[in-house]
Amino acid sequence: MNPKPNSTAPATEESAGGSTILAWLYVGIPLAWGVSQTFIKALALFK
Amino acid sequence: MPDTSAGLLDRSRTIAPPGYNRWLVPPAALAIHLAIGQAYAFSVFNKPLGSLISGDPAHPAPTDWTPGQIGWTFSIAIVLLGLSAAIFGKWLERVGPRKAMLASALCFGGGFLIASLGVHLHNIWLVYFGYGFVGGIGLGIGYISPVSTLIKWFPDRKGVATGMAIMGFGGGAMIGSPLAVALMNHFKGSAPQGVAPTFIVMGIIYLLFMQWGVWTIRVPADDWKPAGYVPNEEHNTMITTGNVSADNAIKTPQFWLLWVVLLCNVTAGIGVLETASPLIQSVISGTEKGKGMDTVALAAAGAGFVGLLSLFNLLGRFFWSSASDKLGRKPIYLIYFGLGVVLYALAPTLGLNGQLTLFVVVACVIISMYGGGFSTAPAFLSDLFGKYQVGAIHGRLLTAWSTAGVLGPLIVHSLSEGRKAAGFTGAAAYQTVFYTMAGLLAVGFLADLAVTAVNEKYQEKGPVTIEAGGH
Repeated sequence: MNPKPNSTAPATEESAGGSTILAWLYVGIPLAWGVSQTFIKALALFK
Repeated sequence: MPDTSAGLLDRSRTIAPPGYNRWLVPPAALAIHLAIGQAYAFSVFNKPLGSLISGDPAHPAPTDWTPGQIGWTFSIAIVLLGLSAAIFGKWLERVGPRKAMLASALCFGGGFLIASLGVHLHNIWLVYFGYGFVGGIGLGIGYISPVSTLIKWFPDRKGVATGMAIMGFGGGAMIGSPLAVALMNHFKGSAPQGVAPTFIVMGIIYLLFMQWGVWTIRVPADDWKPAGYVPNEEHNTMITTGNVSADNAIKTPQFWLLWVVLLCNVTAGIGVLETASPLIQSVISGTEKGKGMDTVALAAAGAGFVGLLSLFNLLGRFFWSSASDKLGRKPIYLIYFGLGVVLYALAPTLGLNGQLTLFVVVACVIISMYGGGFSTAPAFLSDLFGKYQVGAIHGRLLTAWSTAGVLGPLIVHSLSEGRKAAGFTGAAAYQTVFYTMAGLLAVGFLADLAVTAVNEKYQEKGPVTIEAGGH
């Protein structure tokens, strides 16, 4: 069985809210950059 | 209190406390998949690696590596992806996602560093060993590392959760390609084509970027479930309440039917990806607009088409997998294959008739379903075999991907070269490729149709624990 949970993780919904936004920005910004670069390249098809 | 006797990487240190926000878990998974997805952008290094001696991609020196030699790097990486996912799946289930993600980051980042030495010494075997072998192991472990964790966190939305992570693998190429180009341009003056320092910087960037996933991943407690969630509420016979081990799963016909399903879907998708650029250029040159275009503009349009397909590959991974939560896994694969057969059969005719817009739309839908096939697979496995060792079972299923990675290009090149030798040009040269892939999709349709619920004799008796799963 799993032992007791790790208390170093965010303990409240409120504190987790900021962490969640930060976490999604961490992966969302590079992904958005990559998608925008690909989109610009794809536009050549319609020129 | 935390279990301080266990190491920082131990599974017990990753168990989430009550009230933990499960939406923190997909970004951890994405941090891994966005990095390892770079593998699909490896072709950006083909020309620079092929002109390290001459310095001019248009005029390689006799001692420069050939495209065939360089191509093996990616092939080795994809084969190692499938093999390592199959081999290390059970280890991952035992040690938990954090240790596996760290192993993946070390192998993937380290692989780049070894490959950079290979480039510096102009030793192709060191590149194969670094990027292909060591990096490929990082790919395999990284690909499956967050899957079972996500399924445990999102039993009510398995398709959405795995779709998000596996979408990241598609997105990784979109980041890796322009990043590599920018770095090679930056280092061009200090090393041949700037490749060796680019490999070093990318290895370090990915090693660090993946640490977010390593240190933020959390697994739910054994008794955790989403608020208001009632398991198997819809009484769908295709969704088991039991658990099948990875060793037993490969004894079931369902596993091998899904293996064929994935093989057919991936092989057919490779058929489009391999032919996309030359095909669209021949379609465009057959139109009024294309008659005034030079080869540079046609090549740019070809690259643009490949970019557009990448976007739909990415979107399809999330869209179709999410849709499978509502429609069911088996029906969604029947859509991939049923609709796929029609679209693959239609595509060459549209190309030959110069119907550019319709051709592009058809190719985009095809490639979105190719992506969907990847991302729906783990949820389908979880439905059939339970969540007990779904990561390990998924790892074994990925050998179908490795097989397709060899089979797909082989079919495409042998058929298209044969047609070209017979005097066919443009879209006509690829006609038999598309018809063959449509036939493969028909096989996939039948395999999916044959999938039924797994016989209860394969299920584990009594409650299962993670510790038991590791042996």
